[in-house]
Amino acid sequence: MKRVSLDPRVSRIDFAEGENPQNLINENIDQWETYEVFTQKKRGDQHQHVGIVHAPSKDLALVMAKEQYARRGYCVNLWVVPTASVTATEYEDSDIFDSVPEKTHREAVDYKVKGKITKYLESKKTMA
Amino acid sequence: MYGGGYVSEEQRKQMQFDDDPEKLAAFEARIDRGEKIEPQDWMPKEYRKQLIRMIEQHAHSEIIGALPEGTWITRAPGFKRKMAIMAKVQDEIGHAQLLYAAAETLGKTREQMLNDLISGKSKYSNVFNYPAKTWSDVAVIGFLIDAAAIVNQTLNAKGSYGPYCRALERICYEEAFHLKQGHDAFVSLATGSKRMREELQEALNRWWRPIIHFFGPSDKQSVHSDKLMKWKVKMASNDDMRNQYLDMYVPRIRELDLTIPDPELRKDPDTGRWVFGDPNWDEFYEVIKGNGPCNEERLAVRRWAEENGTWVRQALQPKSGKYITPLA
Repeated sequence: MKRVSLDPRVSRIDFAEGENPQNLINENIDQWETYEVFTQKKRGDQHQHVGIVHAPSKDLALVMAKEQYARRGYCVNLWVVPTASVTATEYEDSDIFDSVPEKTHREAVDYKVKGKITKYLESKKTMA
Repeated sequence: MYGGGYVSEEQRKQMQFDDDPEKLAAFEARIDRGEKIEPQDWMPKEYRKQLIRMIEQHAHSEIIGALPEGTWITRAPGFKRKMAIMAKVQDEIGHAQLLYAAAETLGKTREQMLNDLISGKSKYSNVFNYPAKTWSDVAVIGFLIDAAAIVNQTLNAKGSYGPYCRALERICYEEAFHLKQGHDAFVSLATGSKRMREELQEALNRWWRPIIHFFGPSDKQSVHSDKLMKWKVKMASNDDMRNQYLDMYVPRIRELDLTIPDPELRKDPDTGRWVFGDPNWDEFYEVIKGNGPCNEERLAVRRWAEENGTWVRQALQPKSGKYITPLA
């Protein structure tokens, strides 16, 4: 017997007996693909990754993302990107980033001129 | 909302710990250092299996948990309560989606999980197999069940699996609103007319046992549960969580001069632990098995949605595109 309503109060009246759940599962439906969702909290901020949604198209991914990640108003803009489009590094290879702290020549703090200037100014005084 | 972490004797027996000892040692060292594990990382078989089971059950609990309250949207007393309960129900469904996404990163697809829910293979929290008979039941759920879920979820948010922790952080943030609106409804009834107080007391009487059941029976001391704790899959024992909950919420029920329907309930001054009367664990096991008052009704609603939504999903199914396990 078919259920007539999502509301159990209605359906409870003639509760379906002996339904076989197995028959009602449609194994043939493929997965909707997933989209990675990025939200921008306010204008001027970077977009930030917040999670995924399942959707059958880009447009519906935006609709789902708005419901899922932006229902409380902390968002001015949304991006969705198919998960399949993301290329990522492996955590196993995270040592490729290890050299960065050694590259102090990239850092402002590596350039100290105060001493040279003081020395120069002092030498000027002696000459005068 | 969810009070998980119950591992049955049968599941305990099936656990396998035969991982590569070197990889296992490196994995455990990372967890000891407080690092998060990400989907692409190596992980022990049982870590993956238990996490899938736990996160999936959590997701199912959110989706089924929306049902007892959902039926009260049309009958909520007043516009403000109606708006609040609608927002809460939408949040719960959203939580389910976040959790399915977290479980998916471990390799089980959302379709598989939903199929296992409908076929009865997967479980969800027992509390949702009890009916919400009156509006007072909704107030008790919103206040006391959500509070219990928060105890559980705040602990789990400090676990070791990155995607689950990130989902839980967001969930806990929204649960704060659920708890407050539930407390508000609860206090309104408790400070209302004689009839309102009576109805609330009756609802509390109905829900007290499921609430004690919520965190599950005492954990059996075993190598297996020690392992799950060590791996930060399980963050506290069921008894510790229940004790923390009773510490926080018994006073907030008693300050309103409501009676907790357990004459044996008291805090042992020597141990600092709560003592309570026999909550009938046989009933707990019966409800897990599917023999609770609403098990069949809850699954029937999900089945209805699955069956009646099939044509929509099929119509929308794109010709191309493929399903890939989410990255994080």
